[in-house]
Amino acid sequence: MSASNPTVARPAPAMHPMKRVAAYGQEFILLGAIILLILVVSFVNPRFLGANNITNIFAGNAYIAVAAIGMSLVIISGHIDVAVGSLIGVLATISGTLAVNGYPIWLAWLAPVAIGILVNAGVGALIAYLRIPSIVVTLGMLSILKGGLISVTGGAWISNLPADYLIAQFRLFGIPSPVWFMVILTALVAFWMRYSGFGRTIYAIGGNVEAARVAGIQVERSTVIVFAIHGAFAGIAAVLFATQLQVIQSTVPPNLELTVITASVVGGVSILGGTGTVIGSTLAAILFAAIASSLIFLNVSAYWLRAVQGLLILVTVLADMARRHRLR
Amino acid sequence: MTATLRSLLRHETILAILLVLVLFALASQSDRFFTTANLLNQGRLMAEVGLVALAMTFVIVTGGIDLSVGSILGLTAILLGVFWHNLGIPLPVAMVLAVFAAGIGGLVNGLIITRFGVPPLIATLATLALYRGLAEGISQARSVRGYPDWFFVLGQGEVWGVPTQLWILGALVVIAAVILGLTTFGRATYATGANEIGARFSGIGVDRTKLLIYTASGLVAGLAGVIFVSRVSTTRSDMGTGLELDVITAVVLGGTSIFGGRGTIIGTVLGLILMQALKNGLALSGVKGDGTIVVIGVVLILAIVASNLFSREGDG
Repeated sequence: MSASNPTVARPAPAMHPMKRVAAYGQEFILLGAIILLILVVSFVNPRFLGANNITNIFAGNAYIAVAAIGMSLVIISGHIDVAVGSLIGVLATISGTLAVNGYPIWLAWLAPVAIGILVNAGVGALIAYLRIPSIVVTLGMLSILKGGLISVTGGAWISNLPADYLIAQFRLFGIPSPVWFMVILTALVAFWMRYSGFGRTIYAIGGNVEAARVAGIQVERSTVIVFAIHGAFAGIAAVLFATQLQVIQSTVPPNLELTVITASVVGGVSILGGTGTVIGSTLAAILFAAIASSLIFLNVSAYWLRAVQGLLILVTVLADMARRHRLR
Repeated sequence: MTATLRSLLRHETILAILLVLVLFALASQSDRFFTTANLLNQGRLMAEVGLVALAMTFVIVTGGIDLSVGSILGLTAILLGVFWHNLGIPLPVAMVLAVFAAGIGGLVNGLIITRFGVPPLIATLATLALYRGLAEGISQARSVRGYPDWFFVLGQGEVWGVPTQLWILGALVVIAAVILGLTTFGRATYATGANEIGARFSGIGVDRTKLLIYTASGLVAGLAGVIFVSRVSTTRSDMGTGLELDVITAVVLGGTSIFGGRGTIIGTVLGLILMQALKNGLALSGVKGDGTIVVIGVVLILAIVASNLFSREGDG
């Protein structure tokens, strides 16, 4: 995908149409999978198609798709973040605490975004300038944020949230606001990734760091910016998560980081960096939410959900590797 | 080569001095720390992380990582309970079967990594979810209790006044140190991590080396799982959650380079003891478990920062 690959020895441009199919194939596969799943499950249990359930699948999981947008940028640039779940937990708690303590609503909405940007810019700086692998920094951050949150709050519930704070329960034209957030942010970022200079920079860094450096890209600064953007999306996701119910539990939502990473990877963001789109990650987030809901309607124990999740990542990754071998 | 050797020695010497200082500080802080009972108990608590850290040292020396160890531990515990309690298999056989299954889990990691070329980070992140999911799915959140008394010797008993699992850990430390330090397999492990392509062209069986190492990682995680069950007398599917953090911290603290090619078992043991001393010290001074996790996260990041600055000095 990286446009700036200067290798002269590369043979025949005849592969390009195939590559294009491969690059967008994932989105079609996911869309097909979602439709197929909905058809099959609603055939077995028609209540699956009930308006409440469909709303739940989309609106209740939109925050995962929003977080997966940022995660996709991070993975496309060749890194990973296993601390995103803990960060969202911390930011949601901060947001809720501000809201119940009488601070202006706009502050409760914007503070998580600002803090997310600051924290993750720091993480990005550790990775870029001190050359620490992202897995190690974010594994450390995971325990710092998670342990810190529980130490400070004791996992207490935050209740009595003011009604005009609950942005995730607002509706526009009858559609819940999280769905708007998900759709608009996905479209904006997809467009931006494809046509802006910085979007191409992210692909270039993930595709081949050295080539990107030679081409004059400031790799370190760009990495910090990617993580900062990821922090902003984590902040938005945290607000959507915090406001979807009347209460917030100030703990880290279990396995959230895995669910977000699953959405990005299954959405076609290559684990080797350099390829993928955020449209795919959003579709994958919806697919995963639909699977979780299907298990309930098919009377399968929800305890199998995580095994399904692991299997999904594994199958996608193996398919990605196989496809790369074929196209090489 | 001698320069590398010298810098290795230097790291471990510094670590040993640091360890002595920490032990000294703890002993002066609390009179409960330097008692035989406390030290042996700390050894008992350290054994599971220690066992897994030995294999993880090999994994990280090859330039890989294994995030699935905590999930393998949990899966082993569940399988042990199911084999024994639900299928009626005699407990000793169930123990062997459970550890065998853990080995297969590790082998699957190795196959995904070597046959399909999936980066270890993603391969084991996927199996982290998969193995934990299997544990949860199989157990359906039911726990198994009521193990016979002899089984608790492994996790709660003593042999000649020293906790049983410390003997096991001690034996495996020696074996691991000999394999990594003195055998051709150990040299192949270093070569794989230092320069994989170079190692391949030198005729080293890189894939075979990795396959064996990831399988061993699964096996020791399984063994740790059995010891865990024996220590806490029950089986639950969330056992070993977050174990990978402790293990990777101990290994990295011990001077093993996260980029592969460098590291020793002695370093890992020192890192392990230092971490356990830190945990114990925090607990004695009234910090709760969640606060301890924060400190370990900070230690992990600082250890890597230090070792990066350190190795850059060595290169220059």
